[in-house]
Amino acid sequence: MRFMMLMFPADQCNAAPDALPSAEAVEQMMRFNKSLQEAGVLLALDGLHPPSAGARVSIVDGKVRVVDGPFAEAKEVVGGYWIIDVGSRDEAIAWASRCPIGAGNTIEVRQVFEMTEFPPELRKAAEGFDDPRRPAAS
Amino acid sequence: MTATDIHRTIDAVWRIESARLIAGLARMVRDVGLAEELAQDALVTALERWPESGVPDNPGAWLMTTAKHRAIDLLRRKKLIERKHESLAYESESDAVDSKSELETMLDDDIGDDLLRLIFTACHPVLSAEARAALTLRLLGGLTTDEIARAFLVPEPTISQRIVRAKRTLAEKQIPFEVPRGEERDERLASVLEVIYLIFNEGYAATSGDDWIRPELCNEAMRVGRVLAGLAPQEPEVFGLLALMEIQASRLRARTTAAGEPILLPDQDRSLWDPLLIRRGLTALERAEKLGGARTPYALQAAIAACHARARTADATDWNRIAALYAELTQVLPSPVVELNRAVAVSMASGPAAGLALIDALSDEPLLRNYHLLPSVRGDLLSRLQRHAEARDEFERAASMARNVRERHFLQRRAAACADAMRSPD
Repeated sequence: MRFMMLMFPADQCNAAPDALPSAEAVEQMMRFNKSLQEAGVLLALDGLHPPSAGARVSIVDGKVRVVDGPFAEAKEVVGGYWIIDVGSRDEAIAWASRCPIGAGNTIEVRQVFEMTEFPPELRKAAEGFDDPRRPAAS
Repeated sequence: MTATDIHRTIDAVWRIESARLIAGLARMVRDVGLAEELAQDALVTALERWPESGVPDNPGAWLMTTAKHRAIDLLRRKKLIERKHESLAYESESDAVDSKSELETMLDDDIGDDLLRLIFTACHPVLSAEARAALTLRLLGGLTTDEIARAFLVPEPTISQRIVRAKRTLAEKQIPFEVPRGEERDERLASVLEVIYLIFNEGYAATSGDDWIRPELCNEAMRVGRVLAGLAPQEPEVFGLLALMEIQASRLRARTTAAGEPILLPDQDRSLWDPLLIRRGLTALERAEKLGGARTPYALQAAIAACHARARTADATDWNRIAALYAELTQVLPSPVVELNRAVAVSMASGPAAGLALIDALSDEPLLRNYHLLPSVRGDLLSRLQRHAEARDEFERAASMARNVRERHFLQRRAAACADAMRSPD
């Protein structure tokens, strides 16, 4: 079973656009990442720039609205994610529990949809999409 | 948390921690079997205490500390304390229950070395292949004997016995808890890879039983393969095997109907292939090739699997390249089964008659006498040549030899289709 662990760092909402995590935080996180890798469960991971360097795009009254970060109204913003392959939801939670998150930070554990979970009509609707992760045709 | 929640949490913690726990303990007591029992004892203690006390902040460290105390008690009782005194005293003093520093110690490279020792020991050639597979799932995968028994479709006492005997053999033969060096390392690594691939294959194309694939075994094998790749990052064959497993596993969801019947490669819905696993497999294959392992058996098989993964449709498959890769594979891994696969590739690249000529050269091969895929492939080629009566006979023969129920049904249906084709030639 594949899960995404989404990290919601509390201090990320108002972090400066060029803010970087401390060396100590990175070192701790790398140790956690390494433990995921050594256990053979880590499939992918990424960390994100702060939202103040990002933008939010929405449709308001039929028009595209773009709001530059930081987002004053946002209570939680994503700071990064891991994708892990584990035997159960409990195991995903156990891994998230081991992550060295500081006080106030949150990790959300969500199962990743697999194509086979979709009924045929939904799969049909997804047809023709060339997944970018697939290798280029040789 | 309810008691059930706690138990589920403990199961999950065990899955994550057990291999490291056993590996660390085995370094202390120099006996894998004893290390496993100590780890189990710690698990039982957790099951007793955690429902009362709650799950500790650092469950892994808690289990390790508990098990270490047991180990010390046990060694003391066995009057081994004199010999072990110094090292154990040191280990004991450095214990700090529930502290982050303990976790950090566990996460350092030493545990990595211990894990590698554990893999090499569980896969020691002194044990039978079956015993190695069971022990690997038990020690590295953290599976219960019941789970292993269900995966291999044998009674639980059989697996239990197999593991007990394997542990006893390791102790009696005084197999050292170490990573072998030099030439021995290559041989032993081959044994490790063989076990991992055996576990994978038992999941990928189950030789017996009602289900043709058992994905949990594939996942276990890949997990151990990834662990090994992290511990032995310079071994090309490890990455070759990992690539092979990940690319093959990318097709798991597409290989059976909802009812569990097999779907052959050309008929699979390729949109169900898992792109993430394909990508990871290709990366691992590249790594194997960069490390100089392009011409090793697993990497060649991975390269063949990669040809399929790259083809958007069955018609786009580069069968010439696949046939060439099989020709190379027969050089490094001469085997009638590989030759049979080469015949299939040649039949796709150059037509069924060319494939049939290669197959017929295998008809007296003693190793294939009871191998249902020989008549199955021959039947397929004959039916493509419109020789339906002969094809039907071959499929019937194959069906009578297949031990897996799903596969047998599939072959019976193909025989029936040939019989239909005989009645209404088009």
